[in-house]
Amino acid sequence: MIPDPQHYYLYSAYILTWAIHGTYLFILARKAKRVRKEIERLKRSG
Amino acid sequence: MKHGFTVLAVITAVLLSFALYTALVMAPVEQTMGNVYRIFYYHVPSAIVAFGLFFINFGASLVYLIRRNTKADMLALVCAEVGVVFCTVNLITGSIWARPVWGIWWTWDMRLTLTLVLWLIYVSYLVLRRFSTSSQTALLAAVLAIFGALDVPLVYFSIWFFRTQHPSPVMGGGGSLDPHMGYALLLNFVAFAFLAWLVCWTRYRLEVAQRAVHEAEAMQSLMEGAR
Repeated sequence: MIPDPQHYYLYSAYILTWAIHGTYLFILARKAKRVRKEIERLKRSG
Repeated sequence: MKHGFTVLAVITAVLLSFALYTALVMAPVEQTMGNVYRIFYYHVPSAIVAFGLFFINFGASLVYLIRRNTKADMLALVCAEVGVVFCTVNLITGSIWARPVWGIWWTWDMRLTLTLVLWLIYVSYLVLRRFSTSSQTALLAAVLAIFGALDVPLVYFSIWFFRTQHPSPVMGGGGSLDPHMGYALLLNFVAFAFLAWLVCWTRYRLEVAQRAVHEAEAMQSLMEGAR
């Protein structure tokens, strides 16, 4: 079966959409981790 | 609060999964474009959600300019950031759709150019928020947001005001849409709106925590300086 070339564009668009949202959520998770660490540090230092 | 967040996350996941199924499987094939038209189930909702978020950013910026309300400032920042993410998706999916349909990735068409300008304005807004150390940053950003918001109706109405290559809206633009396609589009819009709500909520909580940490650090260094 010859794959429809249109499917490449379709799947690329869908995959890129989720890659963009995933990257943003990953950045947010990293930021949240950093903030949690800073809160812990502040708590320890009183 | 935490319980509400979990419920929202579950609803969003279910909606997104079902919306993906309707977009790829349930919606019928378009006669002229074939399956590639299905990109519009992500392209159009992303644009509407981005415009909605920029509109909230505009309202929150106005409130900040009038009342100097910190919560409004945080809401404006959060909506601009999440709006830029959705606007990026809109630009990229549009470009991927254009390649097989128009034969080009990009053209300096009025709607495309104005959308790119809109994206650049809000990226500038975020760069200003991120790197400016002035005490007037929030004020400057609020003013920039007002100008940015002026571009939103220009993008939307550019199809009527100018000769453009971009397709007219199927709803409210004189076109008609198969009911199954309309259902899939609506469902994807609702799912994306829920995703935006969830992400904005997460980002807002993070912003509150970040500001609290900065305040605590400032207090700590003040107390250390006083000793």
